[in-house]
Amino acid sequence: MARVYVPKDTTACALGADAVAAAIEAEAKARDLDITVVRNGSRGMFWMEPFVEIDSERGRLGFSSVSTSDVQALFDTGFPNTGDSPLCVGLVEDIPYFRDQQRVNFARAGIIDPLDIEDYQSLGGYRGLTRALSLSSQEIVDEIKASGLRGRGGAAFPAGIKWQTVLDTPAEQKYIVCNADEGDSGTFADRLLMEADPFQLIEGMTIAGLAVGASQGYIYLRSEYPMAHQVLKTALASAYRHGYLGGDIRGSGQCFELEVRLGAGAYICGEETSLLDSLEGKRGLVRAKPPLPAIQGLFGQPTVINNVLTLASASSVLAGGAEAYEALGTGRSRGTLPMQLAGNIKRGGIVELAFGTTLRQLIETYGGGTASGRPVKAVQVGGPLGAYLSSAQLDIPLDYEAFAAIRAMLGHGGVVVFDDTVDMSQQARFAMEFCVVESCGKCTPCRIGSTRGVEVIDKIRANKEREENLILLADLCDTMEHGSLCAMGGLTPFPVRSAIEQFPEDFGG
Amino acid sequence: MTVVNPDDRNIAAILERLQHLPGALLPVLHEVQHEFGYIPDKVVPDIARALNLSRAEVHGVISFYHHFRSTPPGKHLVQVCRAEACQAVGARELEAHIQKTLSVETGATTADGQITVEPVYCLGNCACGPSLQVDESVHGRVTPEKFNALISDIGAK
Ligand SMILES: Cc1cc2nc3c(=O)[nH]c(=O)nc-3n(C[C@H](O)[C@H](O)[C@H](O)COP(=O)(O)O)c2cc1C
Ligand code: SF4
Ligand code: FES
Repeated sequence: MARVYVPKDTTACALGADAVAAAIEAEAKARDLDITVVRNGSRGMFWMEPFVEIDSERGRLGFSSVSTSDVQALFDTGFPNTGDSPLCVGLVEDIPYFRDQQRVNFARAGIIDPLDIEDYQSLGGYRGLTRALSLSSQEIVDEIKASGLRGRGGAAFPAGIKWQTVLDTPAEQKYIVCNADEGDSGTFADRLLMEADPFQLIEGMTIAGLAVGASQGYIYLRSEYPMAHQVLKTALASAYRHGYLGGDIRGSGQCFELEVRLGAGAYICGEETSLLDSLEGKRGLVRAKPPLPAIQGLFGQPTVINNVLTLASASSVLAGGAEAYEALGTGRSRGTLPMQLAGNIKRGGIVELAFGTTLRQLIETYGGGTASGRPVKAVQVGGPLGAYLSSAQLDIPLDYEAFAAIRAMLGHGGVVVFDDTVDMSQQARFAMEFCVVESCGKCTPCRIGSTRGVEVIDKIRANKEREENLILLADLCDTMEHGSLCAMGGLTPFPVRSAIEQFPEDFGG
Repeated sequence: MTVVNPDDRNIAAILERLQHLPGALLPVLHEVQHEFGYIPDKVVPDIARALNLSRAEVHGVISFYHHFRSTPPGKHLVQVCRAEACQAVGARELEAHIQKTLSVETGATTADGQITVEPVYCLGNCACGPSLQVDESVHGRVTPEKFNALISDIGAK
């Protein structure tokens, strides 16, 4: 029976994939063709969604941007048995955007049915856990350390050191918490991983539990991701049914319970201590550190808190060995980083590469430049707290240290491209406004400073005492940077300052 | 979006099902909002009692999170993305179009009670913006024309 793959991820569905899947089923029925529609996850080549695939002798063939009105004509060309339709883009594995990536986290995305645990196992899934079950806790932590894996949520802290601290802190109850709050604009790697390959995260968290002696895990998922929520709930139930979660993991006598919890639309709850407060059922206020969450985290107990991609990577590290993972990358940035091309970009999507590629290669070779066809003016990397770079700064390699050196941040790997119609004073204003909306309110420079920041930028934009107000704004940025408890208030000045420095003409300069 | 009259029996059932969870307040509030469309003030004392919290604590949590609302929304909910990746492809213009077409400010409900428009900061559809969510479904590359079609589909204007 012919199989037809129609992605079911947020972006594919936002562009009509559900209706396309229904139309394909109806058309096949009308023609008396026996087909199975598989709802795979997306490959992450979002500009081509809905991206329909079929099997062929040479591999999977793709059809780009299929709409319901294309379906009849598609079948007239012999679909789903041939790739003769003009929508066919050939073998998926030969598409340069896809072919030239180094996929580790996203190796299975779009290939498998995300909810089929056997599909997951057939492509290497649960090999890491099987190996972890034969190792001691310390041996697992040593593997993570040797892999050089650093946190993918933004701060790039070495995961192995965090895990070691939790392992070394004695307690009756320890926790593994997955930070799936993914609040940064321009990022969707966590979402795609959860929607396209949820067992990878579940496996990684289970490995973390074995590594530090934690028997309970929580995935803290932002409420803006309803589809990921559904997928995770179904995948968790399946992992329990197959003995990969629960009181006796695969007959090992080891226990790990895992539950998904929803956030409630607060960006600050992506900050790890605020997230823990939120999980405890409180307002998401940032806690002062120390104590570190690794020592006193959720409900006061030792807690590993890591990003989705960090935890998912643990399954690859254990499956393939630390050495293979460490062999990818550059300097102290090891492994791969899924970059996310977003905003005004022709070919938006996930590009997973070893560290070290330049931003320009990413935007031009992969992204194909802007969607509007106009010149690139500014690029914001690393979310709303990341600096704006000008088109002259794009030769920077993707590497945590290289970005830090120019007061920018790689963060969670989001790349938001703007063309030359953008007004950077408006973007600087937005950075402050976002801080007003999302500040947890605990410290004055962040809470009040951002409100003042909006007012001052409004005056500059209106050309009222421009020089004085620019000086005032610089002072305000310094106060926020140095007087804030967390990076929300502390980093909001970065997009503001970089906008002024790189694009003075937009501030009347 | 269905707004249902808060019923004491339903509240009791939700509390009974969830109150034993560690950190139960957010799961309870989500369930209440899911059931009633909002979190009515009159259920706050019940929640506080069941979870051994003060009313002020429960109110504090409800007001801290953008997702929770204390008043009933319109029949349909439109959440328009305001974040950077969508700004880069016309989100500001789209939001202005929505406000003009529906004669409503973001954060408010149309006079006929049909549509509530809320801001949202990223829906994870940043490669194919501008994005918005209408009730349960996310839509991408939303032009003013596409928005008008979505609104006539839900039969609200
Ligand atoms: C304002 C703010 C928002 C954050 N949002 C997120 C987020 O959405 N997802 C995430 O993984 N980390 C986020 N972080 C980083 C976390 O505090 C923390 O560093 C991370 O969860 C640690 O996991 P990792 O080491 O695996 O990166 C945020 C930090 C700040 C200050
Ligand atoms: S900097 Fe802002 S968000 Fe961070 S703790 Fe202070 S007030 Fe809260
Ligand atoms: S910025 Fe609009 S969906 Fe992410």
